[in-house]
Amino acid sequence: MNQTHTDQVLQNEGAPAFYTTEEHHPENSTMLGFWLYLMSDCLIFAVLFATHAVVGRNFAAGPTPADLFDLNLVAINTAMLLFSSITYGFAMLQMERNAKAETLFWLGVTMLFGLAFLTIELYEFYHLIHEGAGPTRSAFLSSFFTLVGTHGAHVTAGIIWMVVLMIQVAKRGLIVENRRRLMCLSMFWHFLDVVWIGVFSFVYLLGVLG
Amino acid sequence: MSTQAPLHEDALEAHHGHSHGHGAGHGTFGGYVTGFILSVILTAIPFWLVMAGVFENHFLTAVLVMGIGAVQIVVHMIFFLHMNGKSEGGWTMLALIFTAIVVLIMLVGSLWVMHHLNTNMMPMSPEMMKNMP
Repeated sequence: MNQTHTDQVLQNEGAPAFYTTEEHHPENSTMLGFWLYLMSDCLIFAVLFATHAVVGRNFAAGPTPADLFDLNLVAINTAMLLFSSITYGFAMLQMERNAKAETLFWLGVTMLFGLAFLTIELYEFYHLIHEGAGPTRSAFLSSFFTLVGTHGAHVTAGIIWMVVLMIQVAKRGLIVENRRRLMCLSMFWHFLDVVWIGVFSFVYLLGVLG
Repeated sequence: MSTQAPLHEDALEAHHGHSHGHGAGHGTFGGYVTGFILSVILTAIPFWLVMAGVFENHFLTAVLVMGIGAVQIVVHMIFFLHMNGKSEGGWTMLALIFTAIVVLIMLVGSLWVMHHLNTNMMPMSPEMMKNMP
């Protein structure tokens, strides 16, 4: 009863004064929408993980993960992505401080780590295909290349997005729109790191374990 | 924010059913560094377990690797993606829980169905495989 009464009073008196006392964040609905996109992306990866879980042991008398994967390389790759995650975090902290040059610097560092990750991954793919362990060799390799390749494609898209945003920030500064975009890319980038945890644990480590 | 005007915040939330919380949240330097250090430790342990062959029992290693991976995902969610039950009035968390349930049903369902399919297949001899269409 009491609660209803208060609600009625609030409604009867029109817009309450404390509406204006709170700071508004114009990026609100965009953030939720982007989060929902990430969740749908999560389903794509879940399907690819499920596929790998089902056919990941079907080697067709071909090479097994223990024959193919170099865990040292995977560890370096994982470190690259982890470093890029924290440097993106630093970029966001600088953005909140309104420091344009520092934000651009950390975005640049993040991009370099992302590029290093991609280079190592492409080297690994090239190496595998060169050894005759391409995606057509066995069901295991088909699902491996699809899963890891999809993740790599996402990282590539993230790097392109980052370059575009760096140009935007350099030209227009840390305006509201650019802050919103940087926050979206932040979620995207950290999400890719989360997916990579699944990849190195399930595909590489458990694969080599046999 | 809520410490400054807890009553107003609560009244707003009760009245409108959504908060004006931060979408992605705002991290702190300490938060990022904590997340990073935890991630490094949680990455190093599974690699060490597999590369050094710490346990003879492969099943135990596999369970540990996947368990530590799950913990690391939670660490990333909290320290890097700033997940909490408050942002967007709880809708991000709700979306995450829904996705997690769908993913779980799909993963367990796929493995279950395919496992039964495999075990119920007629055993094949190499000769039969050669004559397959």
